Amino acid sequence: MALMQETDYGTPARVAQTLVTLEIDGKAVTVPAGTSVMRAAVEAGVSVPKLCATDSLEAFGSCRLCLVEIDGRRGTPASCTTLAEPGMKVRTSSPKLHRLRKGVMELYISDHPLDCLTCGANGNCELQTMAGVVGLREVRYGYEGENHFKNPGKKDESNPYFSFEPAKCIVCSRCVRACEEVQGTFALTIQGRGFQSKVSPGGKDFLSSECVSCGACVQACPTATLIEKSVLEKGQGEHSVVTTCAYCGVGCSFKAEMQGGEVVRMVPYKDGKANHGHSCVKGRFAWGYTTHKDRIYKPMIRQKITDPWQEVSWDEAINYAASEFKRIQAEHGRDSIGGIVSSRCTNEEGYLVQKMIRAAFGNNNTDTCARVCHSPTGYGLSNTFGTSAGTQDFDSVEGADVIMVIGANPTDAHPVFASHMKRRLREGARLIVIDPRQIDLVRSAHISADYHLPLRPGSNVAMINAFGHTIVTEGLVNEEFVKERCDVAEFERWRNFIVAERNSPEAMEPFTGVPAADVRAAARLYAKGPNSTIYYGLGVTEHSQGSTMVIGMANIAMLTGNIGRRGVGVNPMRGQNNVQGSCDMGAFPHEFSGYRHVSNDSVRELFEKDWGVPLQAEPGLRIANMIDAAIDGTFKGLYVQGEDIVQSDPNTQHMTAGLSAMECIVVQDLFLNETASFAHVFLPGSTFLEKDGTFINAERRLGMVRRAVAPASGLADWEITMRLSTALGYPMHYNHPSEIMDEVARLTPTFAGVSYKKLDELGSLQWPCNDKAPEGTPIMHVGSFVRGKGRFMLTEFVPTEERVTRRFPLILTTGRILTQYNVGAQTARTGNNVWHPEDLLEIHPLDAEDRGIKDGDLVSLTSRAGETSLKARVSERMQPGVVYTTFHHMFTGANVVTTEFSDWATGCPEYKVTAVQVTPARKLSVWQRQYLDARKQTTRVATNAVASK
Amino acid sequence: MKDSTMVHNANQIALFFATYPHDEAVTGVANHFSKYWERRMRDQIQQYVAEGGSGLHGLVLEALERLRTAA
Repeated sequence: MALMQETDYGTPARVAQTLVTLEIDGKAVTVPAGTSVMRAAVEAGVSVPKLCATDSLEAFGSCRLCLVEIDGRRGTPASCTTLAEPGMKVRTSSPKLHRLRKGVMELYISDHPLDCLTCGANGNCELQTMAGVVGLREVRYGYEGENHFKNPGKKDESNPYFSFEPAKCIVCSRCVRACEEVQGTFALTIQGRGFQSKVSPGGKDFLSSECVSCGACVQACPTATLIEKSVLEKGQGEHSVVTTCAYCGVGCSFKAEMQGGEVVRMVPYKDGKANHGHSCVKGRFAWGYTTHKDRIYKPMIRQKITDPWQEVSWDEAINYAASEFKRIQAEHGRDSIGGIVSSRCTNEEGYLVQKMIRAAFGNNNTDTCARVCHSPTGYGLSNTFGTSAGTQDFDSVEGADVIMVIGANPTDAHPVFASHMKRRLREGARLIVIDPRQIDLVRSAHISADYHLPLRPGSNVAMINAFGHTIVTEGLVNEEFVKERCDVAEFERWRNFIVAERNSPEAMEPFTGVPAADVRAAARLYAKGPNSTIYYGLGVTEHSQGSTMVIGMANIAMLTGNIGRRGVGVNPMRGQNNVQGSCDMGAFPHEFSGYRHVSNDSVRELFEKDWGVPLQAEPGLRIANMIDAAIDGTFKGLYVQGEDIVQSDPNTQHMTAGLSAMECIVVQDLFLNETASFAHVFLPGSTFLEKDGTFINAERRLGMVRRAVAPASGLADWEITMRLSTALGYPMHYNHPSEIMDEVARLTPTFAGVSYKKLDELGSLQWPCNDKAPEGTPIMHVGSFVRGKGRFMLTEFVPTEERVTRRFPLILTTGRILTQYNVGAQTARTGNNVWHPEDLLEIHPLDAEDRGIKDGDLVSLTSRAGETSLKARVSERMQPGVVYTTFHHMFTGANVVTTEFSDWATGCPEYKVTAVQVTPARKLSVWQRQYLDARKQTTRVATNAVASK
Repeated sequence: MKDSTMVHNANQIALFFATYPHDEAVTGVANHFSKYWERRMRDQIQQYVAEGGSGLHGLVLEALERLRTAA
């Protein structure tokens, strides 16, 4: 495959019912009303020269290179700012136009350094290309006098991933506009006038500015002014591989631009339906971990976790793991082992792991990281709507009038979708934010929330009930929708429940801490929409009433008729790249792929027939239950694919005690992660660049993951699982991941129409995909709910038992930050550490002052579960009484402090509510000191290792 | 699993269903145990009940009784 060059139409596409037919260079072309002449020309196969235009940005009309002639019009209008009109006759080429364009280019080039041969953009420079297109052969003005490049200011190399060289800037403003229109950060501006005009990140360098390093400016730059450092170092790519990002649940499409087997850069793919050509700092730049020196490429084993690792062959490692698992089952019973499906690996790999557990282990002890993030989403939405996933596609936000963000921080955790959402907000959509913290979305450039309801952690259900109460008692119910679409008897019961005074905003105020009047006003805004949509994150799910809250949101969406069309819905912002997919593939202990319970005889028989083995009808153990059972002595072996439960799961001491009690832990990962410290077999995994497969994002979209380089360890993850299963006595034979997806489609009604062939044709698709919806389903529950009638469920508010006391007077809530991802396994091994080298404790100035804590001080964070130390960041983003930290760095030990309290329905940990005390500290905690010692011991690799693939 | 954790988890389930009419609530709790609790966990809580069931919500006790009867 050659280097992919996407067509640049110059200005954005328009959607309009009215079509316009015009003639360009004698060719008739029909386009939607509102389309520019420039874009219409490209549609007609005519490329008009341009510099300041690119189709990700609105027309600007500054470069004057795209001039055209139009019959009946005076002069030579810019084709980018001139809209197509019926009957218009346009000429893009004439002696006059040639002369004008050449003159424009001559001026540009007279103000540009002529170092093309050594320039980083050589071969991919629009200025260079346009000089060729217009036939520029000489520059009459010379290079004397004022210009931009003689004293341009210092080259800015502060950003770890791209450089800014003002000398090469043609002041086209594409970068400034990209930052505004595409990313929505408004970090850049043009400073100065005339030859002094230059792009500026707010008068600072890029690193210390408000720039979020999304890469939109770099992508928009037509020269080498803003350019990836990797391109400067390696040169231009020679072929592209279109794939799907392995970071968050947005699932952006990227072109991996390659030189042979080496990635030169990752460029967001314009045809990607989740990201439409946009990216964030993680997907765009933070791929260095794929070749990081910490990666393990050889299988390793050891008898005891205090032994050093021994490198062995694949066969030896696989056979050792299989023999240990078989031994354990012989000694302790069939149910004494289990496994964890990765939410970072592909669907096909996840499917194989749960299949191996059910078929080869012979039990249902399979779970996935969704257990600790969005398992309540599955429970809540399946019980109310009938399916365990979000209702909309991302583009639906463009039709929203009111956007309600609950317990989510999209600008940090789902930044590309956040940019999409912010665009809609700038267009005028109203915004309600329900979050204990003042997240960036509450007030940022050109965006201000209509209502920020800073509720107390743990009071979500109180809040959503107050919404429901207000909507019902103030007569704002969409009675027609409820009558037609919902189970009326269930609704009447719910109505009687919700109108009770105890659910009123006034009665709930002592719990939420939010003035009832604000709650009522926000509820009215949501109810009146007319198109209101909910986006929510782990601030909803990671509570003891996580599932109840999901049900509560579903209730008010049904109540107001905000389901089943564009612009509305209930949308979980899924965390990891394939956490939706791992759930879809049957990673949970109680259900097969497509969310069908293992006790369903006909479903189980379907799998038994296809897989050729009897399967268990009983639910298996969840992750936390596996650990409990290990401590109880009945669970002895664990296979962990691409998950780091020691760092990500709550109550670290409990987790490590459980793992220490096991006899064989097999970790399959890129790195010796924290869980590997307790492992006996290490199987080196492969990155997303090293294998074929699919991911499913937060909008149920299957995106292709395509192999760009060979697996560095010799095997892709699906091949490792196949080998292990075969060694366990349950042979698996697949020649390619497409065959695994064919099996998924064969056995899963919602995936019946999915195939790699179709994915290649369509680019991506959203399940359900079957005979009823052969090209997938962007919006669910149109016309009727998956379960038939929508089901209102009662959501009594039950305060968490994790209460503040005199000993632990503050509430800790944990979360994520833009530049790091999950446990940091990937991002902490990239240049992203420049922004977030360690986890910090955000604390309100009043709480800090009470304790004599200053910004940057080391503080002790103590809960009834444990103690750790980290630096404080004094911040008014917090409300008094609430502190916040992230869990991206193991050494911080955020989960040393979190407790075992969990969601009543799914066991999802209550990460968002931990009663803590914060005090000044002089030294690291005992846990941290012990951790450092133990980590050194458990990651040793024998130096006399004999390795072979 | 520690008994105290088990009791806490089981009672949380009961508190969700407690708002429903009694029989429906018992069914809800019983179904939840059947659908989501692994055999060892169900055995442990039944054993705990056999030993007195201290601290368990009434709905939990009734649901477990129903499961015992159905077994």
